[in-house]
Amino acid sequence: MIQKFADWLVYDLFSIDASTHFGASLNFFFYDTIKILILLFLISSIMGVINAYFPIERLKNFLTTRKLYGFQYLFASLFGAITPFCSCSSIPLFIGFVKGGIHLGVTFSFLITSPLVNEVAVAMFLGTFGLKATLIYTISGIALGMIGGVILEKLKLERYLSDWVKQIQAKSEIETAQWKIEHVSFIKRVPTIIRDAVGIVRGVIIYVIIGIGIGAIIHGFVPEGFFETYLSANRWYSVPLAVILAVPMYANAAGIVPVVQVFVAKGVPLGTAIAFMMGVVGLSLPEATMLKKVMTWRLIAIFFGLITLFIIVSGYLFNILLISL
Amino acid sequence: MEIKILGTGCAGCMSLYKTVVDVASELKLDATIVKEEDIMKIMEYNVMTLPALVIDGKVVAKGKISSIEVKTLLMKSPFSLK
Repeated sequence: MIQKFADWLVYDLFSIDASTHFGASLNFFFYDTIKILILLFLISSIMGVINAYFPIERLKNFLTTRKLYGFQYLFASLFGAITPFCSCSSIPLFIGFVKGGIHLGVTFSFLITSPLVNEVAVAMFLGTFGLKATLIYTISGIALGMIGGVILEKLKLERYLSDWVKQIQAKSEIETAQWKIEHVSFIKRVPTIIRDAVGIVRGVIIYVIIGIGIGAIIHGFVPEGFFETYLSANRWYSVPLAVILAVPMYANAAGIVPVVQVFVAKGVPLGTAIAFMMGVVGLSLPEATMLKKVMTWRLIAIFFGLITLFIIVSGYLFNILLISL
Repeated sequence: MEIKILGTGCAGCMSLYKTVVDVASELKLDATIVKEEDIMKIMEYNVMTLPALVIDGKVVAKGKISSIEVKTLLMKSPFSLK
């Protein structure tokens, strides 16, 4: 249906010849953009519904008041995935968790997964790479948060928190049941949820368009197989190279996925591409500077180093998995 | 009345500040509007989602909110009835 619309728009309305390069590119551009925007709207709405019932305060309460026998890492990671991530909220979240007496490792689980897996990333992935790649990306994003959290907890890193956070931690107490459920019927929530979803779509639409635009340009100008020389699966260093290049970069998922898609089309293995994408959205220099307020450089370095390593390892795993599947 | 916008300077916080300024002037509120960017001060309000809106020391909204919601919140405040 979307394809028909794109065909009609480009070939009939703009009357551009379908056999030309330009016509085909433009058609592809409209088709991709519309498909992604629809997916983004749908997934944002679903996330909105989940979020209406599981706000972050509820998670905090859940994690502080229950004995979870190790499952707290899974829950923190899962919640990280469903909570819409805004980098400006990462510090308040971190402090809020520490204040509530939640262990550092569990807090890290949340911090790792939250930027990696979110409605924008999932919608973009689903639209460009299909269901299988999306599932691999989502599940590994959650697993990465869990494993990262467990290991960071084991390293006993509390001493590397900034003094301010240490003070807060010393005063932390388990706040119980402060959070009360707002009884708003589902029907009444619907307009808010839809409005929020529209807001998300409007917020990223420009990045989607820029991303697909850049993708289209690379598509047209970079020769087929160009990246194969450096980034193909049989070169052992391709995954670490891609991830290390990606970490200092920052782009949101909306802008980076269409570009990554072109890399894949030009011969970069999907696993390497996913690892690259995780490096771009999961870790970034702006995030590091923000975390400086709550952590010492040493802790930030350990955190980034470990996650970079994990992303590299998962890159290799993806390449093996995706080839054998 | 005193309106505070808590936020560390991200896009969402800027837009909330602008919305509040617009709505306050539209409603002709006698209010001082402050933008709190110091994270240590922000954390005293116990919020985990930013931006947050504080009216006379009380957190009334967390996360992104629309201008309609801002309007309702500002009108609800007892100080706005003159």
